Amino acid sequence: MRIMELKTIVETLNLNVETTRGYLSREVSGIYVSDLLSDVLAHAKEDDLWVTLQGHPNIIAVASMKDLSGIVLVNGRTPEDETLRKANEEEIPIMTTEMQTFNRAGKLYGLLGEE
Amino acid sequence: MRVIHADLHIHTCLSPCAELEMSPRGIVSEAVSKGADLIAVCDHNSAENAAAVMDASRQTNITVLPGMEVTSKEEVHVLGIFSTPDDATDMQTLIYEHLEGQNDAEVFGMQVVVEADGTVLGYNERLLIGATDLSLERVVQAIHAHNGLAVAAHIDREGFGILGQLGFIPPDLSLDALEISTRMGLSDARSTYSGYSDYTFLQSSDAHVLDAVGRGRTALVVEAASFEELKLALKGEQGRGICYEG
Repeated sequence: MRIMELKTIVETLNLNVETTRGYLSREVSGIYVSDLLSDVLAHAKEDDLWVTLQGHPNIIAVASMKDLSGIVLVNGRTPEDETLRKANEEEIPIMTTEMQTFNRAGKLYGLLGEE
Repeated sequence: MRVIHADLHIHTCLSPCAELEMSPRGIVSEAVSKGADLIAVCDHNSAENAAAVMDASRQTNITVLPGMEVTSKEEVHVLGIFSTPDDATDMQTLIYEHLEGQNDAEVFGMQVVVEADGTVLGYNERLLIGATDLSLERVVQAIHAHNGLAVAAHIDREGFGILGQLGFIPPDLSLDALEISTRMGLSDARSTYSGYSDYTFLQSSDAHVLDAVGRGRTALVVEAASFEELKLALKGEQGRGICYEG
């Protein structure tokens, strides 16, 4: 799998950046797709970009604990205000997309390739 | 028969996401000043501070019930409200067997175990904010097996509410009530969720800060502020019930 700067992924796939711009220089070394926080805590790896539909504030604690490179909210979902506030505080970028999980993950797979 | 006010979902400083000001005495005096008669202590996946809050209430007219906000493997929050600290502690033993991980206080917050007067006894090291590997059905069964009442927490919340996580309430799940958060009124909730009108609805504060204690509450028509009376009110038996207009 290719390692790619988050900024490149955001620009290539036209993701909307919800957090303050400037945390996009991180390198993404993997993609993890899950809507169960406990599963992400157990299995996501450092620098993974996390694709989910959960927008509540706990996602920031999880991303911070696992040192993920960012969070992509799918299916037109938006982060809660508190989520956004915490994300900016913890410098964890949140991106949104109208695409549903399968399509969004498929595009990411196409860009970054196999593990 | 009289009307009492119940706030059955209050966190203490044991919950990593709650403020440290959520001490036993702090909670009790706040609840008294807000006019609550019956409260339940429901920390995430633990009941370790429940007895301390019960102790702190001894010189007051308020009744404190031990409880727990269990996270099922579907990441649905279910309140277990118990009759005695022993039942709550036995339930906690089961929960701990099914809860993995260590807390990171830097990320999730401190989990402080205290006595009634606020003396710190220690810090809970478990990942209390995590999910158990027990299914929703199993959680409800376990609560009932420990003589408790099972309440689906904040069903109007997207995150960790049963409707947000599952999209529906499984018909064979024997919940004793559905809880509404302070974001929605009880009468709004009963029309929004009219498909679930067979269930008893409660409103609670889900307080994580002192100021929130008692801000969400349910009026119960009962003989006294006790677990047995609450149980009758939730079932609508023997003239007890919920006063939805109150």
